Amino acid sequence: MVLNQIEELASRAFDELGKVTNSRELEAWRVHYLGRKSNLTQILRSLATLPLGERCGVGARANEVKEAFEASLAEKKKSLEQGLPLSLQRESLDVTLPGQQVLLGRLHPTTQILDEICDIFSGMGFQVVEGPEAEWEYYNFEALNMPVDHPARDMFATLWIDFETEAGDRPMLLRTHTSPVQIRVMEKSHPPIRVIAPGRVYRYEATDATHEWMFYQVEGLAVDKNITLADLKGTLFEFARRLFGGGRKVRFRCDYFPFVEPGVEVAIDCLVCGGAGCRLCGNSGWIEILGAGMVHPEVLRRVDIDPEVYSGFAFGMGVERIPMLRYGIDDIRLFYSNDLRFLRQF
Amino acid sequence: MKVSLKWLSEYVDITAPLEKLAERLTMAGVEVNETQVIGAGWENIVVGKIVSVDAHPNADRLRLATVDLGKQQITVVCGAPNLAVGDKVVFAYVGAQLVDGHTGEIIQLKPANIRGIASEGMVCSEKELGISDRHEGIMVLSPEAPIGAPLSEYLGDAIFDLDITPNRPDCLSVIGIAREVTALTGNKLHIPEVHYGELEDAIDSFASVEIIAPDLCPRYCASLLTGVKVAPSPQWLQQRLFACGMRPINNIVDVTNYVMLEYGQPLHAFDYGGIRGKQIIVRRAGEGETITTLDGVERILNQNILVIADKERAIAIAGIMGGLDTEVTDDTTTILIESANFNQAVIHRGSISLRLSSEASLRFEKGLSRDLPLVALKRATQLMLELSGGKVARGLIDVYPGKQQREPILLSTAQVKRLLGIEVDVSEMVKVLRLLGFGCEQTESSSQVRVNVPWWRTDINCTADLVEEVARIIGYDSIPTTMLSAPLPIHKSMPMLSLRHKLRSTLVSCGFQEVLTYSLTSSEMMSKLSPEPHLMGLTPIKVANPMSREQEYLRTSLRAGLLSVLARNERYMEGGIRLFEIGKTFLLQEKDLPQEREMLCAVLSSLQPELSWQGKAGPVDFFVAKGIIETLSSRLKLVASFEASEDEGLYPGRSAHIIIDNKKIGVIGELHPKVSEAFELTESAYLIEIDLERLLPHAASPKKYQPTPRYPSMIRDIALLVDEQRIYQQIHTIIQDSPLVDQVALFDVYSGEQVPEGKKSLAFRITYQSATHTLTDEEVDEVQQQILDRLSRELGATLRA
Ligand SMILES: [Zn+2]
Repeated sequence: MVLNQIEELASRAFDELGKVTNSRELEAWRVHYLGRKSNLTQILRSLATLPLGERCGVGARANEVKEAFEASLAEKKKSLEQGLPLSLQRESLDVTLPGQQVLLGRLHPTTQILDEICDIFSGMGFQVVEGPEAEWEYYNFEALNMPVDHPARDMFATLWIDFETEAGDRPMLLRTHTSPVQIRVMEKSHPPIRVIAPGRVYRYEATDATHEWMFYQVEGLAVDKNITLADLKGTLFEFARRLFGGGRKVRFRCDYFPFVEPGVEVAIDCLVCGGAGCRLCGNSGWIEILGAGMVHPEVLRRVDIDPEVYSGFAFGMGVERIPMLRYGIDDIRLFYSNDLRFLRQF
Repeated sequence: MKVSLKWLSEYVDITAPLEKLAERLTMAGVEVNETQVIGAGWENIVVGKIVSVDAHPNADRLRLATVDLGKQQITVVCGAPNLAVGDKVVFAYVGAQLVDGHTGEIIQLKPANIRGIASEGMVCSEKELGISDRHEGIMVLSPEAPIGAPLSEYLGDAIFDLDITPNRPDCLSVIGIAREVTALTGNKLHIPEVHYGELEDAIDSFASVEIIAPDLCPRYCASLLTGVKVAPSPQWLQQRLFACGMRPINNIVDVTNYVMLEYGQPLHAFDYGGIRGKQIIVRRAGEGETITTLDGVERILNQNILVIADKERAIAIAGIMGGLDTEVTDDTTTILIESANFNQAVIHRGSISLRLSSEASLRFEKGLSRDLPLVALKRATQLMLELSGGKVARGLIDVYPGKQQREPILLSTAQVKRLLGIEVDVSEMVKVLRLLGFGCEQTESSSQVRVNVPWWRTDINCTADLVEEVARIIGYDSIPTTMLSAPLPIHKSMPMLSLRHKLRSTLVSCGFQEVLTYSLTSSEMMSKLSPEPHLMGLTPIKVANPMSREQEYLRTSLRAGLLSVLARNERYMEGGIRLFEIGKTFLLQEKDLPQEREMLCAVLSSLQPELSWQGKAGPVDFFVAKGIIETLSSRLKLVASFEASEDEGLYPGRSAHIIIDNKKIGVIGELHPKVSEAFELTESAYLIEIDLERLLPHAASPKKYQPTPRYPSMIRDIALLVDEQRIYQQIHTIIQDSPLVDQVALFDVYSGEQVPEGKKSLAFRITYQSATHTLTDEEVDEVQQQILDRLSRELGATLRA
């Protein structure tokens, strides 16, 4: 009875050993047939419980099989080791086959550049804040020193929201710039203030390669005692250096925006021609990247910040322009038409 | 605005090279867009005089012109009708570069033989010289033109094309630019002096002016000339107007335009004969009143438009365009010149409501100085007298109800330093301001001056304005760069920013491409989102002045934008499209700004991406989409549960609410086939929509740390037989909520052979764990039995043998 069991075990074991091809499998074979919990070990341990007549024969046979197992194991081990280089060669792969593809998405280039801009200014102590895209005319224009009929309003072709007050006014619009966030921040907090506000803006504008009716801006504002135009220059020079690299030239020239005084336009030397003049820069050698200035005293007064005590600077920049310059994108409409063949390049 | 450098140099010496001057103006706020050099290519082109004109022996229409060029006389063949002996003309030698009169291309002049007569050279038209489009005849120069002189010396010029900011209407004039050049270079300014003789008869006997709307017309000045002869302007005047982009008309109109370009004050010349009742009345137009303007168009006016009228009718739209009835014609003999100041808003609104703008209205709507009309009127009167003959009536009309007193502004060195961060001493400050025409007086303090703003600077109202003047003239380049030094303000945490960041980065890792779609959409787009052809539940907000029907409404959901992008990209992508957008939707609120709700929307095409040599991946189905939600919630350390939902845009029975902490925060599901069809999608797609405002409160709270287990866990697998329609979620909850259970994972769902009809088998792997001791088999057996009892009691589940 038990002897039969041993024979069956032996034939199965040798069978399986023949199929073993590597040392991991060999170890599993050893545990199974020679280990503490193996059948053979069980049999050897339980010899004492067998009838005396059987005990001798079974014991001898079991020990014989055990020795045969051990010998075969040693032999197999040896042969595996000898055959290793060969079998490794047999198992070699065509490593030039494509890897298994993991689907990976990408952030929109606008998001990427916004993150980059926000990181740079966060590093200079500016906090990211946001404001509504549908805005009161008051915040978009009036509080920014542009009362009704101010000629500068013509610089901002406006999309109005279809809502009229009883007086027949149309007080809501889609913000034409991120500057209203300046007012919202100053209304709610007291100096020192240091914020940047990224977001969508809208213009009533026909689109072409350089104009979109919806685009992104980043607004910046710092208000405190003793903030000067020199600080604005330092901050924006540093920003341009971090964004475009240290080699760029930066130009500060006088410009006009109703909500700052003095006003500044900041340009960098043309990335294409390096300042010699080309089509991209309109032969000027310079590319405007942002408008800025010292916050106008009227703007401060309106939000109850005393311009005799506090001063501040503000700046605003178009966002899409930056990747357009950096990657040589010649049509702004590519950004929001969302062709994956375009988006996946970033 | 275009400015001729030749003209400019009449008022200020230009000593710097053009490029340098352009750069300095640009840096100081007067941006030079382009510099155009006239006559740069005029080599081998000179002034000549026609000494004889003879018939061509072989052609009726051609003639032979002999031109005196000083050193020699040359006879050429010419077809122009206006050849006249004695005229000074432009002669091009062989080799000159000219514009072809017919094709407009640049050609080089070659010797020619025209109908048997050799012709070496050419008498040129303005078009051939590239000065204008005139090609009807040859260009006739003024009699003073020096014979033999190179044309580039005689007529050459450089034109600055300037961008003038809206605060500086004074710079919309040659004199304004001359003032800037003076301030930047220190070169002296020469303003023309004005004198002229007058008649005995006073202007009052010819006309009177009444301003009925003094709020809209602060000042009205006029002069009058009798016995004028209307004729073409002299060449120098025509040339200047051309150079500045205006067309010459006649000596009267040209003078008004010339003085507008020179001083920046728009003027208007009336044919006095057309003014009825000898009276000018400045008033609001009547509702529906009409006038035919100079361009021949009949305009219907309203009360918000200001008109210049006589006793009977409107004769001009104030500040915008004159009327046809009082237009100066060849028969005009008496001229009334208007030089007025109009309220900028009324001109701006009038121009918008009439959809009519002019050089005049563009200037008036920026707000001009009230001191300017009189200065410009005197200059125009003088020029008109010189150019048209006639006599000037004695005196001027000057009705000035809007006279204002301007207060001086105090400026101290401390204020300059406070804004610029640089020390500028008083003497430097005063020097700069005086160059700009400001008056500076000493005050009690040696570091402060009292500044009187010159009349032409309407843009200067406060100290900061003066600081900018100082800064732009000393140059922004001379201001140092410093970093903000004050202590940092306290930063508030911005949980939405960090939530958005986490969601974006997780979705990108899951293969989703971020897109950004327009915030405005059409009603047609929105109606595609539901199988019923009505708008999706929410009322969209309309734009009052949409650019097109595609951009008429603020979006109430991100779905339409995303699905259109999916459809468009399906045309050239073979499956595997996963898109998401995080953006604002706009919901109507009573009498308030729209509520801006930030949403996340993602779509997955059901088609798998490109083939792999390792075998095709399984299909994208509901549970792939659901896995994305589970990944997102896991990223936020939240557990999402799901509850079947009905959403009119989604496939009935294949959509669910996403629930976090018992709150519905979004939906997930397969697109309704009709929606798919409406967007022309080629494959079915899955949609995820999460309201970030609802998710935020759950995502923001930090979770407490859990110690890592110190004792081994024990794993048991069980297979349960349950009714086919039993919902997994209930079973899972019962197991998960039992004591010692750490994790429950479903690893098999089976129905078919060996499973009774109407039943299914669910196999779970349960991980038991205690925080206090090593578990024993008996302990786990007992808990597991309790679980099985509860499952059997509450859900009728049995252990599968
Ligand atoms: Zn360039």
